[in-house]
Amino acid sequence: MTPFAYARAADAADAVRLASGSAAAYLGGGTNLVDLMRETIARPAALVDVTGLPGTIDETPDGGLLIGAAVKNTALAEHRAVRARYPVLSRAILAGASAQIRNMATVGGNVLQRTRCLYFYDDDGARCNKRSPGQGCDALHGFNRNHAILGASDDCVATHPSDMCVALAALGATVHVLGAGGARAIPFVDLHRLPGAHPDQDTTLAPGDLITAVELPPLPFGANSAYRKVRDRASYAFALVSVAAALDVDGGTVRDVRLALGGVAHKPWRATLAEAALRGKPASADSFRAAAAAELAAARALDDNGFKIALAQRTIVAVLNGLAAKAQGAQP
Amino acid sequence: MARTINVNGAAAALPDDPRVSLLDFLREHLRLTGTKKGCNQGACGACTVLVDGEQRILSCLALAVQYEGRAITTVEGLALDGQLHPLQQAFIDHDGFQCGYCTPGQICSAIGMAAELRRGVPSYVTADLGDAAIPADDGRLHDELRERMSGNLCRCGAHNGIVAAIGARLREAP
Repeated sequence: MTPFAYARAADAADAVRLASGSAAAYLGGGTNLVDLMRETIARPAALVDVTGLPGTIDETPDGGLLIGAAVKNTALAEHRAVRARYPVLSRAILAGASAQIRNMATVGGNVLQRTRCLYFYDDDGARCNKRSPGQGCDALHGFNRNHAILGASDDCVATHPSDMCVALAALGATVHVLGAGGARAIPFVDLHRLPGAHPDQDTTLAPGDLITAVELPPLPFGANSAYRKVRDRASYAFALVSVAAALDVDGGTVRDVRLALGGVAHKPWRATLAEAALRGKPASADSFRAAAAAELAAARALDDNGFKIALAQRTIVAVLNGLAAKAQGAQP
Repeated sequence: MARTINVNGAAAALPDDPRVSLLDFLREHLRLTGTKKGCNQGACGACTVLVDGEQRILSCLALAVQYEGRAITTVEGLALDGQLHPLQQAFIDHDGFQCGYCTPGQICSAIGMAAELRRGVPSYVTADLGDAAIPADDGRLHDELRERMSGNLCRCGAHNGIVAAIGARLREAP
């Protein structure tokens, strides 16, 4: 690990002040950053520990929730209001990592975790544009079974590893940020970038920007939501494909829907094309199949990951079928 | 005064170098080698310790300085007055290990898991998010334990004995 200075922030303003001027990184639970530092892939000159910032989950005036960035993943998953009103978020968090890691990891850190592409981690043996811009991408024609099928570029085919973020994308969350220029809010779906020619930039945040909170808007049909994760083993593995969805059915018709995919792109993938294809349509398997196909029409397979396209198609349909059955079972 | 951390009831001075992981601090600085270094990258769970009595974490991914002022319990801190912790005894009774390398992490993890169950924390396999109580049904308890302990790998393959030991202890003292 490269030597670094360590400071503990008293509050958000203190954190931003401490991080200004040097190549500093904010430290949450450390479950990804400490590992990257040990591999010398991350070499911050200073760490600003933000785990002491408010770890509260508060009701907002409009009926949503404001989640402090230092809230631990376990605390968010077990929160009663989240379980009742946004079960997709609890389920997504519980699908990720292990219990020990969820106890350590913060919400802000989960959002900013980096890809688990093995070529990104292999500093000695592989070229990676995300780790070393301009070097090339050995994943593009390498072993790329786990890699992206949507929104990738020739410079990077990595996927975003988070489960929690897939639910946040589906729920239309907002990220609150404090930077040198003050506070601002960013729609969650605009926080993470597609790789394009600059895969070294995971997000639209500027250096020194601190995520202070994530806000969930009220979602009246959020209680009818689900997360399904398909992976190589039953637990403690990253997603091959995952689906977060919430469905509102009225008299057999889709009134509203939220859908996002994980494991398929450089960012949590909000499936806006499928959503648009579904609104006003019968809540039927035919509609769900057509909507999934509309979203995945742009999917491109690499040498090893073509199975993900069919897998995503089937998983979307399965999740929406389940939610439709639940919604219609609950109606008089 | 030096910054301190409490380990198994005794105060210890934290290292000056912030690069020292909690795991290396325990093993190399305090010579508490019960906590094991398996993968050193958060994949195996051998380094699991408890924070403030019941929160299980991976000490390999923790910087020691981050836990200033906190209480850490390692496997060395579980026995009381020469008596094994009941879960340690349950691992012996149910053949919950072979080589023993993962065992300290398994036992600390299971103590933290039991606290999560008592608190009503749901898991990925919990059917009803609103009701995460310890299942009365043995099959469901088995599934819950396997899921909740998935962060602790045993390469000898003693998982059946491990799950049996933890299940027996939970039924005895939920």
